Amino acid sequence: MPYEELPHTADWSIRVEARDLAGLFVEAALAMNDLAGAQLGSAQRRETVFETAAQDAESLLVAFLSELVYYAENERTAFDRFQARVDRQQGGWTLSARMSGAPLASLGKAIKAVTFHDLKIRPSPQGYSVVIVFDV
Amino acid sequence: MIRIQDLTHISDTEWEIPQSFRPDMRVPVRIFATRELLEQVMQDKSLEQAVNSATLPGLVGRALVMPDMHQGYGFPIGGVAATVFPQGVVSPGGIGYDINCGVRLLASGVELDAARPHLDELATRLDQACPSGVGTEGVVRLTVPELERLLREGSRWALRNGYGAERDLLRTEEGGCLEGADPGKVSERAKGRGCQQIGSVGAGNHFVEVDVVETIFDPGAARAMDLREGCLALQIHCGSRGLGHQVCTDYVQSFQAAVQRYGIQLPDRELVCAPMDSPEGAAYLGAMRAAANFAFANRQVLAHSARGAFEQTFAGIVKDWRLTQVYDIAHNMGKLETHTIDGERLKVCVHRKGATRAFGPGAPGLPPEYEAIGQPVLVPGSMGTASWVLVGTEESMARTFGSTCHGAGRTMSRARAKHEVRGDALRQELEGRGIRVRAGSMAGLAEEAPQAYKDVDRVVETVCRAGIVGKVARLRPVAVVKG
Repeated sequence: MPYEELPHTADWSIRVEARDLAGLFVEAALAMNDLAGAQLGSAQRRETVFETAAQDAESLLVAFLSELVYYAENERTAFDRFQARVDRQQGGWTLSARMSGAPLASLGKAIKAVTFHDLKIRPSPQGYSVVIVFDV
Repeated sequence: MIRIQDLTHISDTEWEIPQSFRPDMRVPVRIFATRELLEQVMQDKSLEQAVNSATLPGLVGRALVMPDMHQGYGFPIGGVAATVFPQGVVSPGGIGYDINCGVRLLASGVELDAARPHLDELATRLDQACPSGVGTEGVVRLTVPELERLLREGSRWALRNGYGAERDLLRTEEGGCLEGADPGKVSERAKGRGCQQIGSVGAGNHFVEVDVVETIFDPGAARAMDLREGCLALQIHCGSRGLGHQVCTDYVQSFQAAVQRYGIQLPDRELVCAPMDSPEGAAYLGAMRAAANFAFANRQVLAHSARGAFEQTFAGIVKDWRLTQVYDIAHNMGKLETHTIDGERLKVCVHRKGATRAFGPGAPGLPPEYEAIGQPVLVPGSMGTASWVLVGTEESMARTFGSTCHGAGRTMSRARAKHEVRGDALRQELEGRGIRVRAGSMAGLAEEAPQAYKDVDRVVETVCRAGIVGKVARLRPVAVVKG
């Protein structure tokens, strides 16, 4: 998993890296699944598309991960395959993510929320990196 | 990085970060801690986050941090800050995602000696009656219109539906219902999460715990609270579940634009806020109060379930098995209250994030039996350690906006706790000490190991020495149910 868990006294903090912005979003989603111990069941897979717009890339990332938190809790579904596209447009940013997943067989840990605390997507030698703090 | 030499030493339990420490601070930060506790928290970002919280527009007096403080996001856990109403701001991140996370304490006349042979059975019944764990559903399923009634009425809704008695509401902060709740400002998504979760504990550090009243320090106050030495008591620690998490998520996202509209500069985007007299601020207050009412009703329904477990276990075996409510108090909340600040009576929004209201004797809203002694303050310890019942004082009203600590406070990350502690070994150790454990996840149990927390006795000693609370009773756990 291309993410690193960082010290945090109460919650979860991770650093994620990827070659491009869309990849960063996908890696963050997969890291969140891994942290929460999401095990997908063998029932029929489902696909959905999530599209949203925001004023900046960080807000877009929070909206995307929050959507996955909602799916996990309310629909008992997790996604493990993504095709994402992140675009900067006049006046903001857009995300279009095709997501494929399945009902959860088990979930080890509940994530309450994805926070904006210290959230900044930065260029890195690998492309982009971001530190995300989850309230658990 | 904040160093100890940046702090002004006020007393052996108080320190201050002066407003001059950073140009964007609007008020100083007062820290309640002994030197030992202070040095412990300097290992993480608690104090930096406290300084950040001191930059909110409209702050009055001081930003405060309690001795159970630790690093959070936005505010530190253990943080208290008051903004002047109506032009000051309200910050969802200063209240937290688990809106009205809180503690309810119920007392009983069941003596430990009589209960001991039945504690395993009681723990199992509580585990069955109070659903806990990741993504669990509650004992009640609601339609959206019924949920909206609950969001307006809080514990009163629970009472109307047979979950409790009038006396429970009298012994609940704000009578279990915040005025001004507006279900119309709660998103459909949040309501969808809430419809399934009334009467559930959740996971993480939430629990239902059976304790024995081990020591009484203030017999008069304990009598008023129906606490009897050697008898069982029950604590419920949980909040507004997915509904509250979604309300906070929605407003932290929408306030990202609000701060730009109102020209508010902040050092951390999690502190986003809006003036209380703005449409955005008023909408959040309406939604936050609705979520708080959900949490009050949730704990009321859980108390009803726990009473059923006590009845099934002890009726016919002991004479007095009934559970009497001592108090229900929030520790993640934003409340409009009136306080005297620098000699002036001001209506303020007190943000308490991981901090408990601690109103002193004579404060408004207390039931008659608590008017003379002050409001009960419930401070649960870490799993397997003591919990405390305290009372607010005149000092807390004068110096901390009627606030104090809320628990032991973490010192160790969850990852390190899981690395250092095995859940099954911990369970065995607790059982060996006579504490029955019902836990859905061994990894979750390990994360909540006592060694991951501060010593609650030292935390309580600090706030007592500072004069902002008085001791009433110390409780020792005998059974715990965790998600």
